[in-house]
Amino acid sequence: MTTTTNLLPSRLASDLDRAFPDLVHATSDGIYSGALQLTRNRHDAEDVVQETFVRVYRALDAYPPERIRTIDLKPWVWTIALNLCRNRARSRARRPESPPDFDRAGGAPDPADEAISRTDLAVWRDRLAHLPGPQRTATVLRHVVGLTYDEIASATGRTSSTSRSDVRRGLANLRTLIEEER
Amino acid sequence: MNTTEQIAEELAAMARPAPDGTVEAVLRRVGLADEFAVVEGPTGPAYVAWNDRGITAFVPVEVAGSPDDFAHRHPRPTAPADAPPERLAAHLDRTLETGRLGRLPIDLSSIGEFQRRVLEKCAEIPPGEIRPYGWIAREIGNPGAVRAVGTALGKNPVPVLIPCHRVVRTDGHIGNYAYGSPMKRALLEHEGVDTSEIEATAGRGVRLVGSDTTGIFCYPTCRHARRISNAHRVEFRSEADAKAAGYRPCMICRPAA
Repeated sequence: MTTTTNLLPSRLASDLDRAFPDLVHATSDGIYSGALQLTRNRHDAEDVVQETFVRVYRALDAYPPERIRTIDLKPWVWTIALNLCRNRARSRARRPESPPDFDRAGGAPDPADEAISRTDLAVWRDRLAHLPGPQRTATVLRHVVGLTYDEIASATGRTSSTSRSDVRRGLANLRTLIEEER
Repeated sequence: MNTTEQIAEELAAMARPAPDGTVEAVLRRVGLADEFAVVEGPTGPAYVAWNDRGITAFVPVEVAGSPDDFAHRHPRPTAPADAPPERLAAHLDRTLETGRLGRLPIDLSSIGEFQRRVLEKCAEIPPGEIRPYGWIAREIGNPGAVRAVGTALGKNPVPVLIPCHRVVRTDGHIGNYAYGSPMKRALLEHEGVDTSEIEATAGRGVRLVGSDTTGIFCYPTCRHARRISNAHRVEFRSEADAKAAGYRPCMICRPAA
């Protein structure tokens, strides 16, 4: 997969329509995993994933090939996804009557998702929600999605060392939160 | 579980694969994958394919064969569905009923500029009327591009919906069709065109008809030409003949520049 993503920019530049499905295959699991923690529920995460790639396609479609070749794909796609996660959180805050968080145990049943993992997802999401925005984002991108600090920096527009300390503080704060839960 | 390493491990376990169908949904939304279903067309059942931009294909089942054959020949990945989405289905029904494209969205995004102009002009031809290839060429500002118009219409991704069956040879004969001459005739007959009459008129060398009361000449199938009574109907072999006789071209069917 590493080889695939390395070759992807030039393939996208020369034949966008043929290479684009590979980009979605290579990166959609990561975007979904991160969005599950950065949005309120599975439904929002699914929306974010789809909308991210629709925007990615439109952007690539409008870019000249020279520009596509220079894109660092993963962080670039995440820049778009993070914006969508943030917009969604904002519109949710403005519309408190939005659908309930059906990922919780006891929420709307989802046969594809076993009860235990649903509960775990919600527990971690609640804990992460207590972190300041940059810490939450960096921690999720590092440990749920598996981006490098350089990629996180590029996706969030911060420096690599700030991203590193955001993650360190995020983990420390999570530890405190867990201790307080006892 | 207190160390940050353990927390990191637990977070890593929160990764989930994107739900089934995510990739397909994205590809559909950007127009790289389509869905298709069978609908009732004017000459029998037909496959119709679509994506979020609009209709991408329309092929009679008798031409395309099995659903697998259709999907295999379709230029993009395509998955079977029960029916088009409600709004699209409503527009499609209206188009099939009236023979007019109306507001039915057609995805022409992968089609070149020239072909798009040809198809858009073709869509203006009303049901029950026919125009020669040269008419489209002239109307889109490329009077010399008659052959190219024929080629562009031959590659029409949505025959019937964009009515390339209403475009005929310059000599007035009905001519060829992507799905064969018999289907072209059947589609025209379905719209009330008397194809034997068309062939007979063309066979006599007649390309235009005029009314001696109005002094206007039309294509024979123009709705105004069809109102001319036999007593006042004048036939012309060419635009030059009609003009020499003091007639002017109809402003509706525009048989001359």
